[in-house]
Amino acid sequence: MAAELHVELVAADRSVWSGEATLVVARTTSGDIGVMPGHQPLLGVLESGPVTIRTSEGGTVVAAVHGGFISFADNKLSLLAEIAELADEIDVQRAERALERAKSDTDAAAERRADVRLRAVAVR
Amino acid sequence: MGAQLRVYKRRIKSVTATKKITKAMEMIAASRIVKAQRQVAASTPYATELTRAVTAVATGSTTNHALTTEVDNPTRAAILLITSDRGLAGGYSANALKAAEQLTERLHAEGKEVDAYIVGRKGVAYYGFRERKVTESWTGFTDNPTYADAKMVAAPLIAAIEKDTAEGGVDELHIVFTEFISMLTQTPVQKRLLPLSLDKAQEETATKGEILPLFDFEPSAEDVLDALLPRYVESRIYNALLQAAASKHAATRRAMKSATDNAGELIKSLGRLANAARQAEITQEISEIVGGASALADATAGSDK
Repeated sequence: MAAELHVELVAADRSVWSGEATLVVARTTSGDIGVMPGHQPLLGVLESGPVTIRTSEGGTVVAAVHGGFISFADNKLSLLAEIAELADEIDVQRAERALERAKSDTDAAAERRADVRLRAVAVR
Repeated sequence: MGAQLRVYKRRIKSVTATKKITKAMEMIAASRIVKAQRQVAASTPYATELTRAVTAVATGSTTNHALTTEVDNPTRAAILLITSDRGLAGGYSANALKAAEQLTERLHAEGKEVDAYIVGRKGVAYYGFRERKVTESWTGFTDNPTYADAKMVAAPLIAAIEKDTAEGGVDELHIVFTEFISMLTQTPVQKRLLPLSLDKAQEETATKGEILPLFDFEPSAEDVLDALLPRYVESRIYNALLQAAASKHAATRRAMKSATDNAGELIKSLGRLANAARQAEITQEISEIVGGASALADATAGSDK
């Protein structure tokens, strides 16, 4: 069995996903970072964007995180985000509508949120 | 029906209606406590992880940050007071206000100015009636707070603490809310949120004794701390709001339960009085009839002679 790390993806008001994984790719403010089992202890600031988790069963979980932190120690990885959604939970049409609306209202924050959602779905 | 009896019947009817209402409120509050408790539990993983991360950065680096350093001569403190929007919760808001009052007095005694930030209509009304200055206040979400509400509350507080004291900023941030200990016990607590004391943060997550690894910071310890601390404050405020909501529902439930019990007692004693009044009426009627009959009998016996 390949080495595994335990992943906890938690949002401010709920736990979104947790399980074993072999690789986690996330975007920090200084660039994309991939964490595999046995990585050096790490604490980073996440950019809004999709996070890809390759599970030990060979599947892939993609989640949209809107800002937050990544912390890794003792083979445990935590992804903390104020808002986090799994790509499967995202309603593409709704996100597209939200993007349109945000563009017309020039609401930068809403536009970014909708954009992150759509990017997460695209990765899936 | 006699006048006395009618009055009792009417009162029984009105108390019964009141009892129905308080009973319903009691049950609604009971179901809301469970929901609020579940929300507290759901927010715990985030708070725990965040506190761990904050502790890790603060102990693992020598960075000085506005939110962690103690000022030598603190001159102004902010108090965030969490009360409820609605009453009918027994002493809930009064107790929180009393705790805030004590804290204000203590801070004044230490020679600090106090800025009040208030959540909940009850607190706003209390300060408004006494014509005290309220720096900022929020109402309308105390029954069911969301993370967005916590962010909204936290924003001006973080801004105030980051500002220089000379320009109207604050040196300390205290929070007063009602802690939910159990269904029966809720106590108002005063906590100093900022500057952050690491021992307390560790106690809260029970990570004491655990040796934290040497972290690699991405992009740098300062940047991580910059991003982390406001989130930490938000999550603590969120937790306080949720606990306060759970406590408020528990207090409502208890108040409504005793109101229902009292209404039951009242109905019982009014029932007894109504029965006595009815019985007295019957007895009076009988004695009137008997008296009338015997008077009639005496009269006819007299005329027969």
